[in-house]
Amino acid sequence: MLAALPRFSQQVNRVLTWVVVALFLIWIVGNILSAPEQFISVLLLGISLGAIYALVALGYTLVYGIIELINFAHGDVFMLGTMVTITVANGWLGLDGSQAWYVTTPLVLVTLLAAMAFCGGLNVAVERVAYRPLRNAPKLAPLITAIGMSFLLQNVGAAIWGFNERPLTATGDSIFPADTLFSIGGVPYRAKSLIVVLITIPVLLALVYLVRNTKPGKAMRAVAQDMDASRMMGIDVDRTIAFTFALGGALAGAAGLLFVMFQTSTRFDLGFQLGLYAFTAAVLGGIGNLTGAALGALLIGLIQAFNEGLSWHTPGSDWTESIIFAILILVLVFRPQGLLGEATADRA
Amino acid sequence: MSTNGTPLLELEDVHTYYGTIEAIKGISLQVREGEVVTLIGANGAGKSTTLRSIQGINRPKRGRILFNGKDIVGHPPHEIVRLGISQSPEGRRLFPRMTVLENLEMGAFQRRDRSGVHQDVERVFGLFPRLAERRSQKAGTLSGGEQQMCAMGRALMARPKLLLLDEPSMGLAPVLVERIFEIVTEINSQGTTILLVEQNALMALDVATRGYVLETGVVALTDDATALRSNERVRKAYLGLT
Repeated sequence: MLAALPRFSQQVNRVLTWVVVALFLIWIVGNILSAPEQFISVLLLGISLGAIYALVALGYTLVYGIIELINFAHGDVFMLGTMVTITVANGWLGLDGSQAWYVTTPLVLVTLLAAMAFCGGLNVAVERVAYRPLRNAPKLAPLITAIGMSFLLQNVGAAIWGFNERPLTATGDSIFPADTLFSIGGVPYRAKSLIVVLITIPVLLALVYLVRNTKPGKAMRAVAQDMDASRMMGIDVDRTIAFTFALGGALAGAAGLLFVMFQTSTRFDLGFQLGLYAFTAAVLGGIGNLTGAALGALLIGLIQAFNEGLSWHTPGSDWTESIIFAILILVLVFRPQGLLGEATADRA
Repeated sequence: MSTNGTPLLELEDVHTYYGTIEAIKGISLQVREGEVVTLIGANGAGKSTTLRSIQGINRPKRGRILFNGKDIVGHPPHEIVRLGISQSPEGRRLFPRMTVLENLEMGAFQRRDRSGVHQDVERVFGLFPRLAERRSQKAGTLSGGEQQMCAMGRALMARPKLLLLDEPSMGLAPVLVERIFEIVTEINSQGTTILLVEQNALMALDVATRGYVLETGVVALTDDATALRSNERVRKAYLGLT
């Protein structure tokens, strides 16, 4: 009788999961049927949003994968990436959307490199100062430090760039071409949405190649699986961890540039909310899993875009945060290993 | 292999702590080039800590560790590997989600000579033909004996001057234990000096040139392996013989 209880609750879980999935599908299909063109334009928007989240989510998952730390300061590193993008692109290089594409493109690439280098370097510094000294402390200590670091970076951002919304350009235009590529049902699909996706995909592929096939990537995987054994193999563990933070930071820098080009403004507390979205994405996909982070981010981006853009029985943007954090809680309760994570810890 | 007498490794009064607990309390020992030296002793005697101190994983609080005459205390482990010390750790500690071949490649992490690394992979597969069959299998799915072979092969991939083996026989069936010790002898005869930590004192003293008996963090006894085998105290306490 008692032994049957866990099985019973498992079955309840399964039934509930299917009910939730079924309701979601009904809602999606309902929206497709009631306004197909609107659905497609929202879908495309969600993909661009998901791409940006993916770049941030990978930073969480890379760091968690190697030292099992949720780096709460990561979202704020991303926020500083948006600020640096504005300063470099608009302030120093004078880009404001009025230049021709052949002027804009190389200068945007310069800005991209600057934002990636800045955030990569900052993330390495954060690790060196705040996390490395606590490497052997109980897990809670670096976690609390990470939260402290998050507030610190946020306030540094506010002190330098102010507490108000920061527009990318004085006119509020994007630097990316605002050209409409095509319209679906009167909703334009702009070139900037496509650029976001076109930059994100090669970055993701390069990252996966780097982790799977290169020597630093193999060192990262080794350290993630067994830190002491890695030391015995002659891997410089400190350098490998620093490299991981550099990589995560650089991705956050790229995300910062894309975000601010896409949304055309930022604010000092952006990293808090967006960081939590990206963290949710990483958990949803299975924290520590690169493909999972990208998949989770795509789903979160789509859910947000659907919720804010669809109209058939849709809660609307007031509910976006509630929905996303409800997903975080549901995943943690019912499938803590995430969509692609392995169910058992196989650290031997 | 004949020994030529120069000490390759020398520990002088090494003290290592875990937090406030002193795990080894002033160990001095020598390993000469070409030897197989064994550290035997009960659980908690400080055998593994000695190896971890040599490797630079745990930093001794006091004492000197000379490798080729140079003090290596305070050097990070990756430099110590580069100097020529590698280890097959207690409990094997393979990378479970990497294949056998990837594990072997990780052992050669410090090396730049690709062709030499390739040769050594073949050499390891020659020593352990079983690993060659399992080369694309994830290390986490190997049997205990195969894992031990993989761990030893991985340590050899660094092409060490001094190989540290920590409990290579642990948890293995008797027939495999014999095979592992045969391979220890074979590796030594190919020119690698070995420091072997074992609880299976009988087998260890069989393959070793000399031995040290550790008791609660200090060297209680040291002698030639043959002399230790006939020593009354060792026979009673570690060989289970009377």
